[in-house]
Amino acid sequence: MANRSLLYTGSEWDFDLLRHVHDAVEEIAVEELELDVYRNQLEVITSEQMLDAYAAIGMPLMYRHWSFGKRFVREELLYRKGAQSLAYELVINSDPCVSYIMEENTATMQTLVIAHAAFGHNHFFKNNHLFRQWTRADRVLDELTYAKNYLAECEERYGFEAVESLLDAAHALMPQGVDRYAPKRQSASAKQEKVKARREHLEATYNDLYRTLPTAPESRHQAAKDEENDIELERTALELPQDNLLAFLAAHAPKLKDWQREVLEIVRRLAQYFYPQRQTKMMNEGCATFIHYEIMNRLYERGQIDEGAMLEFLHMHSAVVSQPSYDSRGFSGMNPYALGFAMMRDIQRICESPTKEDHDWFPEIAGSGDAIATLRTAWAEYRDESFVLQFLSPHLMREMRLFLVSSRASSAVMTVDAIHDESGYHELRRHLASQYDLSKQEPHIEVLDADLKGNRRLVLNHRVRDGKFLEKEQRLRTMRHVANLWGYRVRMFETDEETGVTFDDFDTVPMP
Amino acid sequence: MHVIDRRKNPKSKSLGNRQRFLRRMNWHIREAVKQSIRGRDIADLEGGQEISIDSKDLQEPTFHHDGQKGDREFVLPGNREYRLGDKIPKPKSDGGSGSGGSPDGDSEDDFAFVLSSDEFLNYFFEDLELPNLAKKKLKSMVSPARVRAGYSKDGAPQRMNLKQTMRRSLSRRIALGRPSKSECERLQSELEEAIQCGNEAEADRIRDLLSSMRVRMQRVPFLDTVDLRYSRFEQIPRPTTQAVMFCLMDTSASMTEDLKDLAKRFYMLLHLFLKRHYRAVEMVFIRHTYTAAEVDEDTFFHGRDSGGTIVSSALEEMVNVIKARYPVEDWNIYAAQASDGHNFDYDMPLTLQLLEQEILPLCQYYAYIEVGDDIFPGGSVLWEGYTSVIQRHKNFSRAEVIEASEIFSVFHDLFASDGVRSHG
Repeated sequence: MANRSLLYTGSEWDFDLLRHVHDAVEEIAVEELELDVYRNQLEVITSEQMLDAYAAIGMPLMYRHWSFGKRFVREELLYRKGAQSLAYELVINSDPCVSYIMEENTATMQTLVIAHAAFGHNHFFKNNHLFRQWTRADRVLDELTYAKNYLAECEERYGFEAVESLLDAAHALMPQGVDRYAPKRQSASAKQEKVKARREHLEATYNDLYRTLPTAPESRHQAAKDEENDIELERTALELPQDNLLAFLAAHAPKLKDWQREVLEIVRRLAQYFYPQRQTKMMNEGCATFIHYEIMNRLYERGQIDEGAMLEFLHMHSAVVSQPSYDSRGFSGMNPYALGFAMMRDIQRICESPTKEDHDWFPEIAGSGDAIATLRTAWAEYRDESFVLQFLSPHLMREMRLFLVSSRASSAVMTVDAIHDESGYHELRRHLASQYDLSKQEPHIEVLDADLKGNRRLVLNHRVRDGKFLEKEQRLRTMRHVANLWGYRVRMFETDEETGVTFDDFDTVPMP
Repeated sequence: MHVIDRRKNPKSKSLGNRQRFLRRMNWHIREAVKQSIRGRDIADLEGGQEISIDSKDLQEPTFHHDGQKGDREFVLPGNREYRLGDKIPKPKSDGGSGSGGSPDGDSEDDFAFVLSSDEFLNYFFEDLELPNLAKKKLKSMVSPARVRAGYSKDGAPQRMNLKQTMRRSLSRRIALGRPSKSECERLQSELEEAIQCGNEAEADRIRDLLSSMRVRMQRVPFLDTVDLRYSRFEQIPRPTTQAVMFCLMDTSASMTEDLKDLAKRFYMLLHLFLKRHYRAVEMVFIRHTYTAAEVDEDTFFHGRDSGGTIVSSALEEMVNVIKARYPVEDWNIYAAQASDGHNFDYDMPLTLQLLEQEILPLCQYYAYIEVGDDIFPGGSVLWEGYTSVIQRHKNFSRAEVIEASEIFSVFHDLFASDGVRSHG
């Protein structure tokens, strides 16, 4: 490898340097790692602006809501007290891919951030199938601008309180606002067009004379029958049972005005936008961490960064990928950076220098030699759950000393059900994978029935899995939001998914 | 690839969100502010105030699993001694073992954050007011306010608006085709080149061009009188109510440093309150020992003076100032008197007479604050003497401050909006 001159020395940086660093990183990323990325846009911001961005769930543009203010004052206090440092970067899944980098960062940190965000996350956003399927990178910023302006307009027209309580309700239902499997539905505006066209047709062909015609008794009977048919038709239009509660309410809640439906739709789209990120957090961070690790090492090998910079980088890197053990003070679940990075390094090891065990477990990739190509495929085609299920190796399970604990409601003690040994590998892997399966981790709530003509009651059902009920107090408060949106009484069952036994039955009326 | 410097962008993008948050939590924050001012120093008000409120009302509810119920499995890292089938006692509460999936804000009882000193004072002074301000000659009392009113073609030189002027100058120069300096320089260098090359025809052409350009530059001036624009201001009359606050402080020898400090804190708070809420409030500072004198703000707060106590001297001084400068029909007059309650016995009849017959009829509101040690609460000469005044005059009230921490609440009591005020 050619020896090149140092990109920088010391910690100072300027805008030209950022450009040089970007170009050097790009050379490695595109030519050696063969990454495929959106155009990059780096934006330098201050720590205060970083706090702002935090509060708006990481988005550069966001409508206004008190909950973002709450997040802001919280982060501000933690930051001022020194309890928590700010992220070095924030990256937006958009085209061009916008990375925010802080002015306080040293030159090494900026290099790391460019490799991590502008190439690591960027590649993942552009190639992972979930992002490709569910989000439109080129439209994100437009969509957010629209949402912001629309909500500001609503606040002006209908008052702060009305918009605020509507958003409260919509935010409460965000986890129930994503389509998990169904193809994209017809957009609300297209539906409205259809309704409008039909109404116009009826108005245009209206003839008052028809009203004066005498009706035979049979046809009166027919009218009643028609009405029944109408109800039947409407019920089929509801597409019950329906998983996406937010979309259902936006489309069918009887009392909502058009602007309220649109606000619900905006929040639903936002929830859908974040859904791929929530499903791929570990992989996404692992991918970015792996890429920055590769790039920084290669920069060092090429002589483009010096030893001081490399040590500074390693110091930060090891802090990011540390995984405290379950009984240490700092433990707060699996560290997505640590697991993701470790798995990807492990795949690299399997591809390049496999053991006998690896050949047994991963016959397709063991010893294939081209680790980066294998990883690129994994980044494109898997999500956290399937990635763990496919690639977690016995070697890594031993290294991380994973074990499985199960806690049954019926028993007073927890039992260790599997450890990192021959008999436990499969079970460990299966359970760790299901920890990343959002559809298993989040309560499954569906709309069972909605009476649009009679008492107008909405019926929801929580499909209880493994005896996991909803937390009572929050259920009550969230149900109130549902009832307020629906406008009439709402009932919720909690029934066991397998046996169909109803455990709980719960009723709420709207309270303005 | 673009690098964009966003550091100059407006910082407080979250201001709107913050305001929405504060408005929603209004009631809680007001309570928290009341709690937090106990035992706080006025000097503390300079910086931000950390307050904490009950987090229950801040929760954003969602449907989620109850962490205590049901069967659950979790994979954990860092096994040391466990083997298959080992039994582990369940932890008492659902902490530590990282069952995952519990949303934020669940485990906190209190939500702490920082209010800026401005926000803090807003909450603190929120329901305070100067009582009975509705006074006299409201319509006739107008004060002119200067507001911007666009641009005009003439005006005083110091009001010349450079931006507007240069904008017009530039458009006129473009419209009339005034050659730019750089263009001339370019031609000049071309001319020199042509002369060096010996290209006479070209040189002549450029010379002609240059001379016509110079003529044009002469004819079209860089800055013409028609370009000039001046900022214009208009006087707009604004009705105001005028009020004056008399601060009377006893600085006699019986007032120890601690007591003076207490009194000064009270006045500082008063000062802060009036300056924030009322534009047209004047303050008159009078301090007295056995004689009284009107002093400026600085001397009042920082001066050292000592001697015997004759309260009536201060009241006399106040009456004199009113007569000289604040005609009763035009001014709302307020007074706050702070003292340790000592007065020479022979002075009491005169003090009471001055107060009841001269001052209280002129005043909208008169507040007496007794700063004292708690040895004889409510037993001082002035306190006793003023007891009879309270019954006869609605616009008189008094309060006692023993510790610095009480100042906020006493202040609150004395200046609470209608109906909340406690007499006595």
